Amino acid sequence: MAVARSHPALTVGKYAALLGYLTFALFPLYWLFKIAITPDQLIFTEGTNLWPSALTIDNFRTVLFQTDFLAYFGNSLFVSLGTAAVTTVIAAGAGYAFSRFDFGGKRLIIAVMLVTQMFPLLMIIAPIYKIVASLGMLNSLTSLIVVYTAFNIPFATFLMQSFFDGIPKDLEEAAMMDGCSRFQALRKVIFPLTLPGLGATLGFVFTAAWSELLFALMLISKNEAMTFPVGLLTFVSKFSVDWGQMMAAGVLALIPSCLFFIFIQRYLVQGLTSGAVKG
Amino acid sequence: MARIELRDVVKRYGAVEVLRDINLDIQDGEFIVLVGPSGCGKSTLLRMIAGLEPITEGDFTIDGVRMNDVRPRDRDIAMVFQSYALYPHMDVARNMGFSMEIRKDPVQDRIDRVRGAADTLGLSALTKRLPKALSGGQRQRVAMGRAIIRDPRAFLFDEPLSNLDAALRVEMRLEIARLHQKLGATMVYVTHDQVEALTLADRIVVLNGGDIQQVGSPLELYERPANKFVAQFIGSPTMNVLPVTGGDHGVTVANGVTLALPHLPDTLQATELGIRPEHLDVVPAGAGEIAGVADVVEHLGSDTNIYANIEGLGSLMIRKHGNIPIRSGDRLGLRFQTENAHIFAADGTALRRATGSADKAESGHAPTRSLDSDPLAVLLEDPQ
Ligand SMILES: Nc1ncnc2c1ncn2[C@@H]1O[C@H](COP(=O)(O)OP(=O)(O)O)[C@@H](O)[C@H]1O
Ligand SMILES: [Mg+2]
Repeated sequence: MAVARSHPALTVGKYAALLGYLTFALFPLYWLFKIAITPDQLIFTEGTNLWPSALTIDNFRTVLFQTDFLAYFGNSLFVSLGTAAVTTVIAAGAGYAFSRFDFGGKRLIIAVMLVTQMFPLLMIIAPIYKIVASLGMLNSLTSLIVVYTAFNIPFATFLMQSFFDGIPKDLEEAAMMDGCSRFQALRKVIFPLTLPGLGATLGFVFTAAWSELLFALMLISKNEAMTFPVGLLTFVSKFSVDWGQMMAAGVLALIPSCLFFIFIQRYLVQGLTSGAVKG
Repeated sequence: MARIELRDVVKRYGAVEVLRDINLDIQDGEFIVLVGPSGCGKSTLLRMIAGLEPITEGDFTIDGVRMNDVRPRDRDIAMVFQSYALYPHMDVARNMGFSMEIRKDPVQDRIDRVRGAADTLGLSALTKRLPKALSGGQRQRVAMGRAIIRDPRAFLFDEPLSNLDAALRVEMRLEIARLHQKLGATMVYVTHDQVEALTLADRIVVLNGGDIQQVGSPLELYERPANKFVAQFIGSPTMNVLPVTGGDHGVTVANGVTLALPHLPDTLQATELGIRPEHLDVVPAGAGEIAGVADVVEHLGSDTNIYANIEGLGSLMIRKHGNIPIRSGDRLGLRFQTENAHIFAADGTALRRATGSADKAESGHAPTRSLDSDPLAVLLEDPQ
């Protein structure tokens, strides 16, 4: 498709719009970082300056070595990775079944899964608390993994289903004609092509679990089992908020998310299935 | 080698019957082409043979062994998909050798066979490429290579050429014909293109709306179509069909002209007359059975197509060899080669004398044909 060269003014406009959007989206992150490296005594005096007159890494040092931050961090990592792995495995299986098989009750199951997404979480927080408490699983990270997994499965399943739908059925059938069982076809042909989908689902669930606060707050009250978002609240004391340390902790919390996306982004790049069919 | 039989096969999706009463005997080494308009059930029939689609009713056997419930991998049949279905994450060599990889054949064996197939198909320079770096024709060849590498009992093709451009289509058609001659394997080939059907097939199976309309060699279908559908589907350009009134040993065309058809029985039941464009002769105005005016004239060099308007009848198409000096608007006479005319009853069945040779169409033998001495070649309008 040959598109006529657009007018220079249009091009400028396009980049201006992009720049505007990026500024809007990234400014809070910048502000987070700025406050984290601003010395405490300058936070209020230079509150609206774009760049502080002095820099410090004291906030980071304090957060890392004088608070329980590392423990929170480890808890969050455990919960998020666990949730992402369990959810993705289940969602991949369910998504494959929805995409490839016709079975009784399929529409019903899909409808029920959609219904679970319609309630505000606040409505079910009390019943969930009751259930977890009566199971004696309060203050355990496993309970968080179970709850997060349950909440993320519907969306993750639909996500995986759409990825499977994007892989032509012909490929599995060709593999089966070539001597594979259905499972071999899945493992040797479909699985390698689903890596972008698995990556996207892992990333999505990981981020959702990483930043979840509501359930973590309800189900966890012991300091040693706190996840990072709950731990962040400990920087709010009765009389003051330690902004610098809180922001430093926030910056550190971004690191795993960033690493995770850098790691999976090559799987997210589309085009792995191109060349399968005609074209 | 494989002899494939289908007995009273039925396919239903829920309540919808997609194929009815399919009875078909495919001989060892035969090249069978399934043709029919889109949606008539060709792919479904092929996929049932492949084992990718369960058979609702009836029996399907290969060499006398019932195969209905045998998994695709255990049928020893290869299939070339319309979409090619190449594995996008494997290079050409691995794509072709995949079946041997699954079977855990010795690696050296696999390498040798892949090399051999790549040579045969002209893919030697491309074995390290991924499918996305190949042209349509090359992907087609890889798909064929993947099928031939394992030396299966039978080959299935589902419209393998429909995604190629016209020139490549002709080239690959020849290649498939050569492949069949070389391997002598049973092949079942689906297409909606009658030129492919006529050029490749030992026998053609014409399907429409889930029913087999007729099974026969290309010439049989051309000369003795069983009904109006086959008559109009096979042959290019399409047969002219005129409404007629049946008479004694002849029919009366709508504008009052009577044609004697002494060689055909049951002319009394005839409601329509079929005549192929090549079986109409152009004669000077005033001569012949019908008078008309040339409307559009197409000079193709080797042939001339004339679309003539006939008073009270509509348009008839005439095709003649060579360059006929007729121009649009010329008055002309038309003569029917009545020995080549077909008549159809109200339900579309062709009315014809039951001759010995006509019965042969159903007898299921596999005539052997050679590519270069094909009488049909002259009859075909090849797009190329
Ligand atoms: N999975 C299915 N469910 C319901 N109907 C189907 C299914 N697959 C094919 N059909 C129907 O069966 C008929 C034959 O399809 P197909 O064999 O693909 O036709 P062809 O290959 O001749 O174009 C079509 O009318 C199609 O709608
Ligand atoms: Mg089809």
